Amino acid sequence: MTAMRSAALTVLVCFAIVAQTVIFRFISVDGVVPNLALILVVVAAIARGSQFAAVLGFGAGLLLDLAPPADHIAGRWALALVIVGYLAGRVRQDARTSPMMAVVLVGAASFIGTSLFALSGAVLGDGTWAIDETIRVIVISVLWDLMLAPFLVPLLLWLLDRVRPARLALG
Amino acid sequence: MQRRFGRRISGQRPADPSRRVLGLLVLAALTVITLDARTGADSPLNPVRSAVGSVVGPLEDVTNEVTQPFADATGFLRTNKSLRGDIATLSAENSRLRGEMATEPLDRQRLAELDGLTRTANETGYSLVAARVIAMGPVQSFSRTVTIDAGTSSGIKADMTVLNNDGLVGRVVRTTRSTATVLLIIDRSSVVGGRLSTNMEIGFLRGRGTLGDRGRLDLDLVDNAVEPSRDDSVVTWGSKNGVPYVAGIPIGRVESVVSTPRQSSRVAVIKPFVDFTALDVVGVVVPKGTHGNRAVISQGAVR
Repeated sequence: MTAMRSAALTVLVCFAIVAQTVIFRFISVDGVVPNLALILVVVAAIARGSQFAAVLGFGAGLLLDLAPPADHIAGRWALALVIVGYLAGRVRQDARTSPMMAVVLVGAASFIGTSLFALSGAVLGDGTWAIDETIRVIVISVLWDLMLAPFLVPLLLWLLDRVRPARLALG
Repeated sequence: MQRRFGRRISGQRPADPSRRVLGLLVLAALTVITLDARTGADSPLNPVRSAVGSVVGPLEDVTNEVTQPFADATGFLRTNKSLRGDIATLSAENSRLRGEMATEPLDRQRLAELDGLTRTANETGYSLVAARVIAMGPVQSFSRTVTIDAGTSSGIKADMTVLNNDGLVGRVVRTTRSTATVLLIIDRSSVVGGRLSTNMEIGFLRGRGTLGDRGRLDLDLVDNAVEPSRDDSVVTWGSKNGVPYVAGIPIGRVESVVSTPRQSSRVAVIKPFVDFTALDVVGVVVPKGTHGNRAVISQGAVR
């Protein structure tokens, strides 16, 4: 059963990453696409808490770092998404109760995640852009994620509930 | 295991284990970053990269195949106004073509001459493997890369030149069996040797990594005394054995020249010929006599 669940999660993560590089490139805004992997990690944090989200964030981030066409130093998205997953899990109590809060949380997580990624690039000297361009990228990606969150959060919550361990059995 | 899980969800357990997990995962991420950043070309992560690539690459290919009709379908949703615009353009083109028909015999003569020229050009020309762009790296990764649907099985290796009808696109940085990753010339880490076509002056073009159709390159000329003129076109000057760039591929046009007081040199801003937001079919320059599962286009013929 656990194997089935992790397989389902892996498929979900793979699909998010492939969709954002293949499907969304047709409607990208100046090349910026919605960060589906990040939204998935935030929804996982809302559904299951920070520990689960941090582990999922590490896995999704590492896949984002290694899957083609990525060409940056591996581990940078992993680091960003681990922290995003953990932080989102810490404040999830509010987001569980209201969908509005969940959308806001996705926006905040998108800002923190992309900023952390840009920051690690600046520290490592890997793909650093001019500061105004960096801010533009971050703003566009936050807007993208905010726009998709109202549709994706309920859908992903439902999907994650399907692959959730039998919690009802525990009462 | 399940008991622990249940308790954590109900929020009664203190946050200690989750903090420990966070610490471990951050440490793991930092280890991966250090390993990859320190070792550079022979990174222990490269085998993992190609393993992941050989799984995700075909996945991207399939997804692209499945979604292509939907992407093409956006063309149907066009406004009346744009269709009217199309009619105007087409009728203008029609009358131009009618005019051209009148001068056809002369053109045929010219064409024969040109044909001879191209034949000579083809003798020294390059062999190409055609490929399609199937995935684009998200810009929030602050790099400009794409995946193409041809890999080592078509004879493609790292450090090969990639171009399309308009000009230079980039170079291959990594390959799997069926896909390859291309670093676009507008990426910040891309450096191309370029030559001004009017005065043959050479220089280096660096990508600015800017967004969308504002993608520009900076040209630093080796000789500071030379002033590049506006609208002058820039071509590659090529490297030894054509690795990573072959010579004579058009790159772009000088848009403006900026001189900074701090540095004594002038920087020319180059607008690339290629539209990097709408990349589709590209050609990869391969050595002559390459055999793969894909047709090699050379000397004007497909073999």
